Amino acid sequence: MESFVEARGISKAFQAVQALSDVHVTVQQGHIHALVGENGAGKSTLGKVISGVVRPDSGTLIVKGRAVHYARPRDALLDGITTISQEISLLSKQTVLDNVLLGQENSVGGVLLRRAMLAEFERLRALTGFQLDPMARVSSLRVADQKKVEVMRAVARNAQLIIMDEPTAMLSDDETAIFLGMVRQLKTMGHTIIYVSHFLKEVLDLADTVTVMRNGQVVRTSPAAEETPAQLVTAMLGKPMAQMYPTRTPPPDVAPTIFEVDDLRSDVFDGIHLKLRAGEIVGMAGLVGSGRSRLARTVFGAEAITGGTIRVNGKAVRIRSTADAIRAGIYMLPESRKEQGLLLKQSIRHNMTLPHLDTVSLPLGIIRGKRELDRMTLIGKAVNVQPLLPNNRVSRLSGGNQQKALFGKWLFQRPTVFIIDEPTRGIDVGAKQAIYELIADLARQGLAILLISSEIEEILGLAHRVLVMRLGQIVAEVRADDGALNEQAIMRAAFGTEKSERPAEETHR
Amino acid sequence: MAVAKRELGKQRSLSGILLDYGIVIAFALLFTLLAFQTEAFLTVRNQLNILDQAHQIGLMAIAVTVVIIAGGFDLSMGAIFAMSGVVAAFVARDLGQVEALAGAAPYIGWIAGVGVGTLFGLLNGLLVTVLGINTFVATLASGIVIRGLALILTQAEQVRVNDDAFQTLARGGIGDVRNTIFLWLGFALIMTFVLTRTKFGRHVFAAGDNPEAARLSGINVNLVRTITFGISGFAAGLSGVISASKFMKAQNDAGQGLELIAIASVVIGGTSIMGGEGAIWRTVLGVLLLRLIENGFNLANVDTFYQDVFQGLIILLAVALDATRHRRNS
Repeated sequence: MESFVEARGISKAFQAVQALSDVHVTVQQGHIHALVGENGAGKSTLGKVISGVVRPDSGTLIVKGRAVHYARPRDALLDGITTISQEISLLSKQTVLDNVLLGQENSVGGVLLRRAMLAEFERLRALTGFQLDPMARVSSLRVADQKKVEVMRAVARNAQLIIMDEPTAMLSDDETAIFLGMVRQLKTMGHTIIYVSHFLKEVLDLADTVTVMRNGQVVRTSPAAEETPAQLVTAMLGKPMAQMYPTRTPPPDVAPTIFEVDDLRSDVFDGIHLKLRAGEIVGMAGLVGSGRSRLARTVFGAEAITGGTIRVNGKAVRIRSTADAIRAGIYMLPESRKEQGLLLKQSIRHNMTLPHLDTVSLPLGIIRGKRELDRMTLIGKAVNVQPLLPNNRVSRLSGGNQQKALFGKWLFQRPTVFIIDEPTRGIDVGAKQAIYELIADLARQGLAILLISSEIEEILGLAHRVLVMRLGQIVAEVRADDGALNEQAIMRAAFGTEKSERPAEETHR
Repeated sequence: MAVAKRELGKQRSLSGILLDYGIVIAFALLFTLLAFQTEAFLTVRNQLNILDQAHQIGLMAIAVTVVIIAGGFDLSMGAIFAMSGVVAAFVARDLGQVEALAGAAPYIGWIAGVGVGTLFGLLNGLLVTVLGINTFVATLASGIVIRGLALILTQAEQVRVNDDAFQTLARGGIGDVRNTIFLWLGFALIMTFVLTRTKFGRHVFAAGDNPEAARLSGINVNLVRTITFGISGFAAGLSGVISASKFMKAQNDAGQGLELIAIASVVIGGTSIMGGEGAIWRTVLGVLLLRLIENGFNLANVDTFYQDVFQGLIILLAVALDATRHRRNS
């Protein structure tokens, strides 16, 4: 068997962060080769080096037996290497045909040859077996079909190696199943695939070979058949998962219910009931699109409520805006750090004090600078933001420290209920552990915490109780003290009874 | 690794200083050049003259800086300038006919003019926030409407005021220092304080930096944006009233294109047109830089035809620097 790509001692640093150090990986021709690892382990960077997006600092890349030095993605494309990433990268207002043949249009002197293009599309359709209307607008297709367009485009470009970076992260479960079918199809057509994903079962199910990465280094490469999810996790983290999480302190039996949602209704929700006790961490599981984040946003006043009651400490509160929620003691750390959380052009200080300027202001909203700085420094130390340079732009912090700063922002004043949506997305293992400690500690102090996460391990590791959402409804509750808190129970509820009768491998993502 | 970090910081600061403080360097260079070149430049009279002439663009540029930081744009300022002048002149003239109010008429005229400007500014804010219209398009259209209303009001005729008290806003002053200088530099100081020392100021930056994050921090982004448009309406109104006061008359076609010069001054100062960052002192220097160029060209007797080309090139340079800064930061 011959290798398609071989990385020999590849290293790459971004400023002070060593993203890859001395990486050796060999990808066999015609294989599906998976890369797994924590966020920041370097798997995406490795993919970008191979596809010519990122230039390595040192090391050699061998493609089809020849040392290459790609300066741009186009160079890699000439060697038949292309990428399909998490986000759809299509011209959404153009047709399927235009997208599939983008940059490969049949033309004479710049004038498109419509008929030749349609013929080419027909050839690709026969080759892949995808039933797509060439004249449909991409924006009118569902996400799985948009992925098909991307795959067809890769085939149209004569891609021999397709690097897929978290391709299923944005897909629902049935769309994922369709997509995985496509990947297998590509393999039978002789394409080589590098598959970057953190859905371990999906990876083991699909791949021939798995490479585990940690902190920019390769831990090991082995046949997928020899690995189990637990082994992979241990290799990814560098220690067994159990040690990642703080000890669980259940809330005392007398702990009162301090947050109550009764018959909450909105455009998307029809009668949601929720109860959180002081000191309780309630996990919220479910598939992407099941409504977890929208429920959080609704309770936080970011989306309109049409009916129902919300009680904080037994008192009914009216929530028509995020300001109302904050006043009532309901805080929310949003899902996307960069899009919803941070003000990237502002300082660490301005980011952390934003919701609570009232507490450090004179009348007329005049800020008492010294008091603001003192309080902010205190909180910054408590959540351990490093380096804590208050006037530096927050964008200069690492992902983990940005997230800590956001925690600090919401702990400037003490909430009653803290909704935490995806607290550890895209941050390194060390910062993850620090944030887990922080969450557990807040609960011990008597806050009620609603924890939303797509990483089931995280919910299993932290929550006292797990609510599972599906299609905008809370469909199940699993308690830690019942001993029933495990991944299978949660996934079964998340997918619904009908699908749970199928083998887990088929539906699990 | 520590060494690498320090070196990195150094690199950033060296080229960063050039990018961040280009306006200060340009201003200082031009000022020095003019001081050496022509004797007439460094006289108190000429300096006060420059400051006085800068009030018109200055007021609007300072206000639109706030709008731009909050993520907006205001292309209706020239029209509001005309409308406010017309309203002020009308009120001063017509109330002057009423016996009981004759003495107060000029002052009521000023207030009415500025008030109407503020009101139109707030209406712009509602168009942008409640109806969700893009700020370019909304203020471009509202500018056309407002200027049209001014035309209807005046029937394309000049509105003349006879009471000399009306003139004191623009021509009065303390000693040799005109009111206009106090007004625009005072406005600069107040807006600097508002932006840097108040909750509202922080909210302006937040709204322009990341409106969704601002909203999820409990900020009423629509309200903040609306108020910024109120501020630009106020400033355009005040500028228009001062102009009417200066010439003792107002007309519907006054102030055409002033909004573009104001926005250009903001950009020259180095406030990013992408929103979320910027400062009033930058705009003040940007305004003065354009005045210096004009003043210098006049003192040196250079054909005024060349001024536009030169000013345009400076604006291009400023925008190019802004783009460079953005590439570096992302």
